[in-house]
Amino acid sequence: MFRAAVRLSVSGVRSITRTQPGCQTLLASRGYSHGKQETDEEFDARWVTYFNKSDIDAWELRKGMNTLIGYDLVPEPKIVEAALKACRRLNDLASAIRILEAVKDKAGPHKEIYPYLIQELKPTLEELGISTPEELGIDKV
Amino acid sequence: MLRLTAGRVGSLVARRATVALTTSSARMASHGHEVSEIADMSKPMYWDRREIPLPDKRYKDILTPADESLKEKEKGPWGQLSNEEKLALYRLSFCKTYPEMNQSSSEWKTVVAGVLYCIGLTGLVIIWQAAYVSPPAPRTFDAEWQAKQVKRMLDMRVSPIEGFAAKWDYEKGQWK
Repeated sequence: MFRAAVRLSVSGVRSITRTQPGCQTLLASRGYSHGKQETDEEFDARWVTYFNKSDIDAWELRKGMNTLIGYDLVPEPKIVEAALKACRRLNDLASAIRILEAVKDKAGPHKEIYPYLIQELKPTLEELGISTPEELGIDKV
Repeated sequence: MLRLTAGRVGSLVARRATVALTTSSARMASHGHEVSEIADMSKPMYWDRREIPLPDKRYKDILTPADESLKEKEKGPWGQLSNEEKLALYRLSFCKTYPEMNQSSSEWKTVVAGVLYCIGLTGLVIIWQAAYVSPPAPRTFDAEWQAKQVKRMLDMRVSPIEGFAAKWDYEKGQWK
């Protein structure tokens, strides 16, 4: 849902023509018109599976996160949760905090997305002991 | 006519090669610590970029023993780390936070000021040029000549229907 909000306002005509108002399943905007279009659920599932790999290594985490942030969307809470758990397996707290900063930055002018994300991630953050950038005071310059 | 023999060319090339090889060491010897470090772009680099949240390498390469022990503590439950320790871990891996990265600067004011200054300077140069460099205007620019020219054009009936002479009232002898 928030991906649609971001896409409608930020992207160009392409995304507006692809989305169907009132419809829950939206089409991922890709460059080609042929071939099967991936649904939002498939996209999310693919990324959750990627980060859930039990023996994920640091490079794969970095590659995954940098690629994900490159997309024109804010990742769903379940993807961020999987990424944070991957950070835990890699004993990397700094990256976990960086991921939270990055998704907040991705939301851009849509200030309501990040609080929603943190609200959804609260159980995971408490379980893993990750402080948000706000708690550490690095959300301001 | 200079003719470079093969031997001469060879010695020239060799001399230039040795100059290139010794340049860096000579530079370092003569300038000491003033030479800036050139980043080795064949190795993973660190960047602070919005679109690359996790750069290829950690920010701090060399860890003090205190940092090492903090890294060991990171392997345990993160709830046991204090906020200062968490911040220290963040700063080990990253240089700037996202807000620090994104902050705007006042550089544009300097740029605009510089541009206006250069334009102003150029303006002064042009004024000086007009006063001291340009030759005197041709005589056809004199007011008297111009008046005679206009009279001649009116007598010739230049553009009498819609243009020049059409705007002159020949009965009253003045512009319409």
